[in-house]
Amino acid sequence: MSKDFAKLWARYGTVVILAVLVAGVSVVIPQYFLTGSNAVQILLQSSITILLGLCELFAILTSGIDLSVGSVIALTGMATAMMMTRGVSVFLSILIGGAGLGALLGLLNGSLIAKTGIPPFIVTLGNMSIYRGLTLIVSDGRPVYGLPTAFNRWVAGYLGPVPIPVIISLGCAVAVWFVLSRTRFGRNVYAVGGNPRAAWLSGIPVAKTLIACYALSGLLAGIGGVVITARLASADPLAGVGWESQGIAATVIGGTSFFGGEGGVFGTVMGAVIMGVIVNALNLLNIQSYYQQVVTGIVIILAVILNQSLQKRSLDSK
Amino acid sequence: MSREPVVRLESISKSFPGVKALSDVSFDLYAGEVHALVGENGAGKSTLMNILGGILRPESGAVVIRGQSYQELTPAIARELGVAIIHQELSLVPQLSIAENICLGDLPTTSTGLVDWPEMRRRAEQALLPFGLRADVMTPVSRLSMANRQVVEISRCLARNADIIVMDEPTSSLTSNEVDELFRIILDLRSGGKSIVYISHRLEELRRVGDRVTVLKDGSSVGTRTVADVSAEDLVRMMVGRDIVADPSLRAATIESSERLRVEHLQWGDKVRDVSFAVRAGEVVGLGGVVGAGRTEIARVIFGAAPDSSGKLFLDGQETQVNSPRDAVRAGIALVPEDRRGEGLVTKFSILTNVTMAYIQKSLSWRADSALERRLASGAVKTLSVKTPSISQVVGNLSGGNQQKVVIGKWLDTDARVMIFDEPTRGVDVGAKQEINRIIRSFASKGVAVLLISSELPQLLAVSDRVLVIYDGEIVDELVGDRLTEEDVVYGATTGKGRPVL
Repeated sequence: MSKDFAKLWARYGTVVILAVLVAGVSVVIPQYFLTGSNAVQILLQSSITILLGLCELFAILTSGIDLSVGSVIALTGMATAMMMTRGVSVFLSILIGGAGLGALLGLLNGSLIAKTGIPPFIVTLGNMSIYRGLTLIVSDGRPVYGLPTAFNRWVAGYLGPVPIPVIISLGCAVAVWFVLSRTRFGRNVYAVGGNPRAAWLSGIPVAKTLIACYALSGLLAGIGGVVITARLASADPLAGVGWESQGIAATVIGGTSFFGGEGGVFGTVMGAVIMGVIVNALNLLNIQSYYQQVVTGIVIILAVILNQSLQKRSLDSK
Repeated sequence: MSREPVVRLESISKSFPGVKALSDVSFDLYAGEVHALVGENGAGKSTLMNILGGILRPESGAVVIRGQSYQELTPAIARELGVAIIHQELSLVPQLSIAENICLGDLPTTSTGLVDWPEMRRRAEQALLPFGLRADVMTPVSRLSMANRQVVEISRCLARNADIIVMDEPTSSLTSNEVDELFRIILDLRSGGKSIVYISHRLEELRRVGDRVTVLKDGSSVGTRTVADVSAEDLVRMMVGRDIVADPSLRAATIESSERLRVEHLQWGDKVRDVSFAVRAGEVVGLGGVVGAGRTEIARVIFGAAPDSSGKLFLDGQETQVNSPRDAVRAGIALVPEDRRGEGLVTKFSILTNVTMAYIQKSLSWRADSALERRLASGAVKTLSVKTPSISQVVGNLSGGNQQKVVIGKWLDTDARVMIFDEPTRGVDVGAKQEINRIIRSFASKGVAVLLISSELPQLLAVSDRVLVIYDGEIVDELVGDRLTEEDVVYGATTGKGRPVL
């Protein structure tokens, strides 16, 4: 196996996995799976996972992790809903209660990580609990209904045949791709993840970069909170429990290294879609949802084994 | 030596995709012998020793240990046969105690299956007995000096009954006293009948401990000689295949330029104590002294990488605040750090990404301009003659000298006014050393003020216009002109006083 192959695989391996998966499922259940409406359905189901994957991408690229995204989704969704039910305009609610609050919560994660040196796992584990608790406190543990129909129509509606959540999440993916690959900040993110010491001694503002990464993760989770609230037409204080694992899975299936500095948006989106296809196929096959978790877990582990063995080969062949 | 050798490597060939790492190399080792292995980086020394250690398998050739040929040698079998390799980066677990490290992988247990601490202590103390290491064996390894860690590593090998010991660059992080101590241990091992393969870049060391020396070049053996019969110049010629004049002086004739860098009363704990000096534009000022004297720390303070340090810094007469490496880079100060893999490079990134890492911090645009970056990286590769197939090559795959050039390349286009080189040629082969020395001088000739830290005296003296001798965090001597001699540097570095002028 040549080094070039390993390189190509690192970039497009997820496409191959997805193609094999789609081909396989098409053979088993051609009548439902290969329809336009089902493809849209898969993308819609993947849209939140894509956003979560982008959150984790920022954290994992810097060899960190963000466990708080699920709670950020709940708190921002709740804040957006409560602002709207109290008469704040839809636009302002989304801007402040969703995106703004999300970024702020992420900023808190990042500041704690960068300034205290406490590992990201611990900081975001603590904040996961704090943000969840705050959501339960402000909502008194009850879902909030009765949101303006305009909100639902704008955020969870359709633009032609395409669901708006899909447009939002793919739009975010393009934006993140641009930031990571076309800006100085993006380059710095990879350098900080690859070797923080060398990055610091090259004049890269390591602390600021870390803080910005977690703030962006929070911002994307806040957008996710808005989307899920609109889709459900209500804010549930228990929304997003355990969703961080979906985001991590998408990122990892997409080939992002847990050691930092390696990975990207394309793989992450692919990872999210792969998970979406699996869940969709199992649904169409009428397989109990309990099994879906088992299958998802197996896919995560297989994907990483594949990536690692290929990476090892490309190193051996130097 | 008519006896049968303990180890015979016969016509070993090994290739990696795209590279012929070894072709038809033979090597033998007798009991009670120190056989040195030298060659530029990438010559195949490590590959050859990894084959002896069972880590790599040769495509052709035979590994014969004590008369028996092993076709499928594994690390476990090699260890069983008494082969131990001490790598440059030691394989100790710093958090564990000396005793645990010595017994690692073979912890003594009591009949109930629990760890037998008294037995472990006894074994460790016995293993350390020949070395005179005065430390409790329950001390964590992280609290030991590099030299003592090496002692622990060696005694661990011996505790496992190793009698074929490969040492890969064992002196690269030791002070000269520690080197003496290590050589005493090596000679003791030799007279105890052990066989030692000694890999080093420092030719003068071979003379002190080696019996025979084998030179590798580009994967082939150039020859094996008795150390006593071969001069250093001969070895260098064998290694590089060309004549090298022993470090010609690269000094500038005279420097009559203005002061570029001035530091006053630098202070950092007790590591840097009231250090003041100035460097003119176009001047190379060397910092001499033993490892640990505070030279690296002085560089860190100037570069803003020393929290809680104090002092004043002037650039071209202007007082400048440098509180972080970022401030330093923006003010035009550049650092080529001592630990190039740990601090200079992101080894899993390409040459391109590494070279532009510092540059883009100074560029005004927030956009990354990939065309410009590619141009910069290609320019750096060309200017510094980095040997690489392309700028997208992963830096971790380059040899030490080429990695160092990439670190230097980071600063080429940053318009640095001050360049600090910290041990720029450590672990770099002879040919690349000369090139790096010339590169350092070329910065100076462009008007950069250069600060050079080097433990290699010939380099320090050949490249520097002036040498400040550091001892225990203080400047104890300033050497110019006739006083730029090895004796003067060593005198100040070891006594903490200027050498009296005769």
